Amino acid sequence: MSQLFPMKQVLGFVFSILLTIIALAVYFLDMSFAVGMTILLVTAFIQAGLQLVVFMHAGETKDKGAIYTNVFYGLIIALVTVFGTLLAMVWDM
Amino acid sequence: MDFFDRFAVPHPSFAIYASMAAIGLTIIAVIAGLTYFKKWGYLWREWLTTVDHKRIGIMYLLSALLMLFRGGVDAIMMRAQLAVPDNTLLDAQHYNEIFTTHGIVMILFMAMPFIMFFMNFVVPLQIGARDVAFPRLNALSFWLFFMGAMLFNISFVVGGSPDAGWTSYFPLAGTEFSASVGNNYYMIAIQIAGIGTLMTGINFITTILKMRAPGMTLMKMPMFTWSALIANVIIVFAFPVLAVLLAMGTLDRQFGTNFFAMDNGGMDMLWANIFWVWGHPEVYILILPAFGIYSEVISTFARRNLYGYTSMVGSMVIISLLSFLVWAHHFFTMGQGAFTNSIFSITTMAIAVPTGVKIFNWLLTLRKGKIVFTTPMLYSMLFIPLFTLGGVTGVMLAMSAADYQYHNTMFLVAHFHNVIIPGVVYAMLAGLHYYWPKMFGFMLNERIGKWTAWLLSIGFVLAFMPMYISGLDGQARRMYTYSESAGFGPMNMVSFVGAAIMAIGFVLIVYNIYYSTRYESRDISNDPWDARTLEWATHTPVPEYNFAILPDVRTNEAYWDAKKNGHVLFKGEFEKIHMPNNSGIPFIMSCIFFVWGFSFIFSLWIPVILTTIGIFACMALRSFEQDHGRYISVKEIEETETNLRGA
Repeated sequence: MSQLFPMKQVLGFVFSILLTIIALAVYFLDMSFAVGMTILLVTAFIQAGLQLVVFMHAGETKDKGAIYTNVFYGLIIALVTVFGTLLAMVWDM
Repeated sequence: MDFFDRFAVPHPSFAIYASMAAIGLTIIAVIAGLTYFKKWGYLWREWLTTVDHKRIGIMYLLSALLMLFRGGVDAIMMRAQLAVPDNTLLDAQHYNEIFTTHGIVMILFMAMPFIMFFMNFVVPLQIGARDVAFPRLNALSFWLFFMGAMLFNISFVVGGSPDAGWTSYFPLAGTEFSASVGNNYYMIAIQIAGIGTLMTGINFITTILKMRAPGMTLMKMPMFTWSALIANVIIVFAFPVLAVLLAMGTLDRQFGTNFFAMDNGGMDMLWANIFWVWGHPEVYILILPAFGIYSEVISTFARRNLYGYTSMVGSMVIISLLSFLVWAHHFFTMGQGAFTNSIFSITTMAIAVPTGVKIFNWLLTLRKGKIVFTTPMLYSMLFIPLFTLGGVTGVMLAMSAADYQYHNTMFLVAHFHNVIIPGVVYAMLAGLHYYWPKMFGFMLNERIGKWTAWLLSIGFVLAFMPMYISGLDGQARRMYTYSESAGFGPMNMVSFVGAAIMAIGFVLIVYNIYYSTRYESRDISNDPWDARTLEWATHTPVPEYNFAILPDVRTNEAYWDAKKNGHVLFKGEFEKIHMPNNSGIPFIMSCIFFVWGFSFIFSLWIPVILTTIGIFACMALRSFEQDHGRYISVKEIEETETNLRGA
């Protein structure tokens, strides 16, 4: 039974809906820009990770090392690009 | 007639009308020739529909050589215009268009397909694979690149060329200052070619990670394959940035958005910023495979294994990461503070360290080697000192305080030509001579080849060294003329002479191909250079399945071991081989993309909608198509192998 029922995926689905509801609350509840942005960023990153691991099956095959290396490499480059741009174009202008 | 007015060239001249006539006549000649010699069927079956990585590679090579001459003509015209003060050979508008197309053609439509040619032709052979991971995607990559390049190249006879520099900075490239369709060509043509490049990146990462011969671990891959892997990783991370950037530029120019506008919340500097987030890694996409070729050539002709294999791989990985951390050094003077500039100065100078490691590894490979001076080796030996000069001036430019003196002058132009020509172009020419016998079954003439290498180098030094001086004296880049009192005349005349000598060198390459096709011996072995890696272990010409039996690999020089140490490469019996079928869809889909791009550039929305439907129809057709490939039987393999062995 435990093999037939995809517990991990169902829980993942519930959790991902929960994250969406939290993100949606930013729109419906009255909160400051900073708080709203923080909630959105945090839920977005958890959501992306959740999709990757639970529904796109990263980490279930033997090349998971390569997959995670790739993901982290991409993440680092994305963060460097975004914060580098903010630094050059906004903060230190 | 109003409808056709939009296709007119905004600044016509005799040269442009002559080009129109020449293009028309060439097309008629090609069609007539194909019909007269009854080659349409051959062209369709063997080339337009092929999914064979070797043939796709050769088509990349032909496109790259074609574009080399287009970009070269642009270069000669620029040098001729600047050769004497107050010259009137070209007017300002034509000069702008020519330096813009020279940059784009040389980087995106010459150097990129040239490295794609090497990756396509060499990587599957080097890792002992029968094709790339996704052969049909590979064909689509090529045809998208080709259609993008052709679309870009018709710009100067239909509607006008882009004229805002190859960097196409906004607000100059916006509709306010560049109203003609020229910069739409830039956005759309590069977008189409860029999609193809991104597909190649994914394709080759998969190929290299998944399809290596048994026993070939990552650290036993030949150096060129390593460099191709790293370059493709950079492609996959950098090219999406370009795609987004060009899409935003298109929206700004054609749909009235304000991403790069100066008001309405737009930010004009953002274009330069995002452009170089892609643009700097792009430089390393070009140079790393070039380094890979030098590694192969130097180790082959020093008759030694490559010195410092691990440090070579490590330095490339570090370069790939650093290449994403330096982009702001392209606009030190745009107004950001000293803090930001210092950060990007330091990361930029840090790149010199892994690059230096590679230079020393090549030098130490030569040490105690039995050096053979063939043409590819001559190019490599000319590369080391000339490239190092370019690298040192790069460190000068990296100092942000000093950059206020150098920026936007001919000093910068001299620097990047100094790294790209000895770095990338020499590697491409070395590789061309090196792999020519594997492709076509005869060598290129060595004597003409060496003359070419020396002519190119003398021409290069004469053309670009004076620019360092005139740049420090204040000659701005992209300036279409100057007065006699500026004193730049003599330097620019020397540059022109150098450029003319380089032109002779490039013509000699064509003559060499002609001469060698007619007179060089066809009686060469599979391994004419006494090389070390797997691509030389198979027959010449390479059978379509590459290796009848997949090779067994123990070290990073498997073929050398087989020749010298008695290692057995091919074990076991022939088995039937699974190969992909040819397909016309990539070619047809790319033709539709061409029409889509052309319509988009001129804002003809009904054809855009129709062709978009056509593109999706091609994709749907592929999704529902049942194509399981075909098998080559053992009998056929035996026949082919016997024939090739006898030859």
